[in-house]
Amino acid sequence: MLSSFTPSFDWIPSTLLTSERSEAKQLAGRLWLEHQLPLTPKQKHDFLSNGLLTTIPAMEKHWWGWACRKCGNKTQRHIVPWPCPCGNPCYYCRVCIEMGRITSCTSLWLWTGGQPVWSKVANACTWKGTLSRYQQQGAEAIVQAITEKRSQLVWAVCGAGKTEMLFPGLEHAFSLGLRVCLATPRADVVRELKPRLQAAFPHVDIVALYGGTEDVDKGALFVIATTHQLMKYADAFDVMIIDEVDAFPYHADRNLQHVAKRAQRPDSALLYLTATPRWKMKLLSSFNKLPTVFVPQRYHGFPLPVPQFMNSFDTEKAIVNGQLPFSFRKWIITKREKQRRVIVFVPTINMAEQLAPLLHEAIFVHSEDPEREQKVADFRNEKFNLLIATTILERGVTFPSIDVAVLHAGHHVFDEAALIQIAGRAGRSAQDPDGDVVFFHQGKTEAMLAAKSEIEAMNIRARKGGN
Amino acid sequence: MHCLWCDEELIPNVVWSTFLAPVKKRVLCELCESQFERIKGATCKQCYRPMEKKGVCIDCQRWNENGASLKRNVSVYSYNDWMKEVVAKWKFRGDYVLGNVFEEKASEVFSAYYKATEVVLVPIPLSEERLAERGFNQALMIAQMLHAPIEQPLQRIRSEKQSKKSRQQRMNQANPFEQPSPFYKPVVLIDDIYTTGRTLQFAAETLQQNGCPHVEAFTLIRG
Ligand SMILES: [Zn+2]
Ligand SMILES: [Zn+2]
Ligand SMILES: [Zn+2]
Ligand SMILES: [Zn+2]
Repeated sequence: MLSSFTPSFDWIPSTLLTSERSEAKQLAGRLWLEHQLPLTPKQKHDFLSNGLLTTIPAMEKHWWGWACRKCGNKTQRHIVPWPCPCGNPCYYCRVCIEMGRITSCTSLWLWTGGQPVWSKVANACTWKGTLSRYQQQGAEAIVQAITEKRSQLVWAVCGAGKTEMLFPGLEHAFSLGLRVCLATPRADVVRELKPRLQAAFPHVDIVALYGGTEDVDKGALFVIATTHQLMKYADAFDVMIIDEVDAFPYHADRNLQHVAKRAQRPDSALLYLTATPRWKMKLLSSFNKLPTVFVPQRYHGFPLPVPQFMNSFDTEKAIVNGQLPFSFRKWIITKREKQRRVIVFVPTINMAEQLAPLLHEAIFVHSEDPEREQKVADFRNEKFNLLIATTILERGVTFPSIDVAVLHAGHHVFDEAALIQIAGRAGRSAQDPDGDVVFFHQGKTEAMLAAKSEIEAMNIRARKGGN
Repeated sequence: MHCLWCDEELIPNVVWSTFLAPVKKRVLCELCESQFERIKGATCKQCYRPMEKKGVCIDCQRWNENGASLKRNVSVYSYNDWMKEVVAKWKFRGDYVLGNVFEEKASEVFSAYYKATEVVLVPIPLSEERLAERGFNQALMIAQMLHAPIEQPLQRIRSEKQSKKSRQQRMNQANPFEQPSPFYKPVVLIDDIYTTGRTLQFAAETLQQNGCPHVEAFTLIRG
């Protein structure tokens, strides 16, 4: 009985037979709702009667309750009764409702007309740059994992140049006619990656899927998507790459992990990319359960900036009283004199609001800020030299030449991963590789110490020549 | 219990009054609850639009000149960005249970204006296509929160039927409602949003033409 708690995908009709039909590419590998199918009513009827399409119930009834097959949800408070027009006792799933309501009387439509045959694209990569020694090591491991259809962790420091590192593996996959998905928890990463990857692979059909996207997957060989979008897929991809595997919400969301697994074909390669793996993945890695390649150096070859700790016992008090904390004030004045551009990370929106008026010409952004994108763009275009941010900017967003301060670095929002990511914002360009990173604290925390030793360990690994 | 919007766990406040009074069933966390905006202060006597001072707004004066059938509207919330988001998920995405977040305030305001024994609630019907799309009528759901008798004498005229009418007819009477049998009790129409009042005026007109002596409206939101 307990086995019903472990994810099972045996309801997905899988076949090794191939199909040359033109619809196969678009329809296969998906979980369709009837009204979302790009077919006429007659086509639907015909495909159903000749077995090209199959319908299956969208929810599973177990002795312990319902499970939603679309999103993998099994938490019963998210599966609620409602007066459905079907007239029977009926339930719907609230977790995946943004992607079309799934009820216990809904059917999922699956393509059962055979696996599509993807055309092979030889020499797909037109990028002419060169990889650093460490990027090369990472790239080779990725190619090998794809060939051997296995899992691989790519533990690459912030600024390692992981996108370029993927190019040889992607080229290899496309040359074999393998369908690839690059999934990430963050929509802004999807938006940023699409043009870069399309430029490097001009002859590969690529779609970018995220909430509010205009792209439609009509059977693209390469899908770049938020992990949420994987709710639409089942048994689809020969290569699954999960970027920023440790980021919110993926790392803590069992449903997203479930759908990511479901989106993979049985014989597929699975690549995890991260600069800050969570403890579970670190554990698997250290016990050799998960093959791991380290990319301990940035693409420009300079070491990671190691954070300095600076005591700032008066941080909270000073800011509440409308003053800059003493040591931070000294630091920021020297930055002003040297005309350095600075990002100041603070733990709470509240502190950001109080700090902003104390610093001249500073802007602040937080996660719910509707003008967030505009403000980040303004900072990038050097309209401002000082940006105050809550932890949302810890990942992804990069600026070429900045210094970084963390105020109240001992606050619980700054866990080890967040601090490593924050430190990773500095020194990103080859012209200015030595960014200054300071953690202003009121007592060192485990997380601060762990972040620092992790960064130092990576620098040592880089000096020694990697793995 | 968890918040119906953000899924935050709701921790009941255990104070003395908790033991004495029956505990109100909370469905939202305090933060989410506080985002809703109740209509306060002076409003138009007829349509509940917020005004500088009490009176009848220009739109209602215009309705009156044309012989308005709807005598009054009462609303609960204003249509702020938060409300737009909640309504979109409830109505357009079809997250039925989310409607429960309105129950307490809606029945509170309703009973301040009406005696449940003296009125009949008539929810604005949806077209068949809309109903098939959403699976439920949000106006009916609101009516069911108010603990008063509900009747459904109104119907949407089918779009085919509508298009069979001559162009002239349609221009003059774009009233989308019909009522197969007469109805003689005073009615409170129920809908989710009062925006221009057009839909409700048409419904009121139809009811009045078919025997209804007095028609008012109760809407969740004043748009
Ligand atoms: Zn679901
Ligand atoms: Zn049903
Ligand atoms: Zn809430
Ligand atoms: Zn008015």
